[in-house]
Amino acid sequence: MTMATGERLLTIMPAWNESASIANVIKEIQREVPDTDILVVDDNSDDDTVEVARSAGARVLHLPYHLGVGGARRLGYRYARDHRYHVAVQMDSDGQHDPRYIPDMVTMLATTDLVIGARFAGEGRYKVRGPRQWAMRMLSAALSKIARSRLTDTTSGYRACGRELIEYYARNYPVEYLGDTVDTIVQARRAGYTIGQVAVAMRPRQGGTPSNSPLKAMIYLFRAFFALALALVRR
Amino acid sequence: MRLVIVTATTGLVMLLVIFELLRRRQLREKYGALWLVVAVGVLPLAIFPTLLDGLSSSLGIASGLSLFLFLAVVFLLLVTVHLSWECSRLEEETRDLSEEIAMLRSDFEELRQRTELGQTPDTADLREEAKTA
Repeated sequence: MTMATGERLLTIMPAWNESASIANVIKEIQREVPDTDILVVDDNSDDDTVEVARSAGARVLHLPYHLGVGGARRLGYRYARDHRYHVAVQMDSDGQHDPRYIPDMVTMLATTDLVIGARFAGEGRYKVRGPRQWAMRMLSAALSKIARSRLTDTTSGYRACGRELIEYYARNYPVEYLGDTVDTIVQARRAGYTIGQVAVAMRPRQGGTPSNSPLKAMIYLFRAFFALALALVRR
Repeated sequence: MRLVIVTATTGLVMLLVIFELLRRRQLREKYGALWLVVAVGVLPLAIFPTLLDGLSSSLGIASGLSLFLFLAVVFLLLVTVHLSWECSRLEEETRDLSEEIAMLRSDFEELRQRTELGQTPDTADLREEAKTA
């Protein structure tokens, strides 16, 4: 780990009914990145995610009602701000994100304010097909232009940022669907932060099913561009 | 004449309902006042439907009733937009509160565990946290 100057690192994981996978994910992070604190933001799960995560050794914040992934992430950033963490890494709690990349991402923070762990950037075998893939490509192309940096996976929930962006996101992390991925990039760029990416291999998620119906993909595309258009005109 | 009875009764009932809701403190004053003003404004029209005819003909609208319906739709549209806005704000406020609760709950849990273990809380740490919060 390249956290030379005693910088404090927090890994934020929003979780909603993830009791099947979360203990393994926490254990893996502890093994790969021993000097990070782990915060699980439980988005009011119906199962025992809270207990499982807590006994696995994570700090757990338990939301009183379901906010959605964006809401849970903002709380994570607030926690990072209030407890004076220097670096925050956000990742998913379903085991898709491999914590081995955290050191790479944190190292890149020396030159970039926001680092995205990106699929489709050469590493790994993760594939998305059909309309959903086109939607993601178009979105990435548009956002790469805006961010003035090549971004291949703008919907990735695997990200790292430093103190300034932690404070920024603690105030302005959108709760809307897709706002948490699209809007956050546009906002960071418009606030003058630089954005880059690190290639990561993603694993198939350990629980849950990805949606593949063309109709859902169309809706996804539509919502993605609506979110993008809103992000661009937002004050 | 029968039409006037129907409209006038409707107007009066609306006025009474709002007044009663206000009296029981079920309605915030700002909304109550708005609807009272509307009710009082509309009541004369309910009794004398031809009241708007002069204004409507000067605007090129065939009958006072058309003008009235048009204004009513615009007004209701504005009210619903306002309510959507108000609802978004409320959601943002409850979101803030829920985040606050989650943090307090976790802090409280930690304190409770420390006390149960017989440890004195690390007051320096807590004070630091209070300062930055």
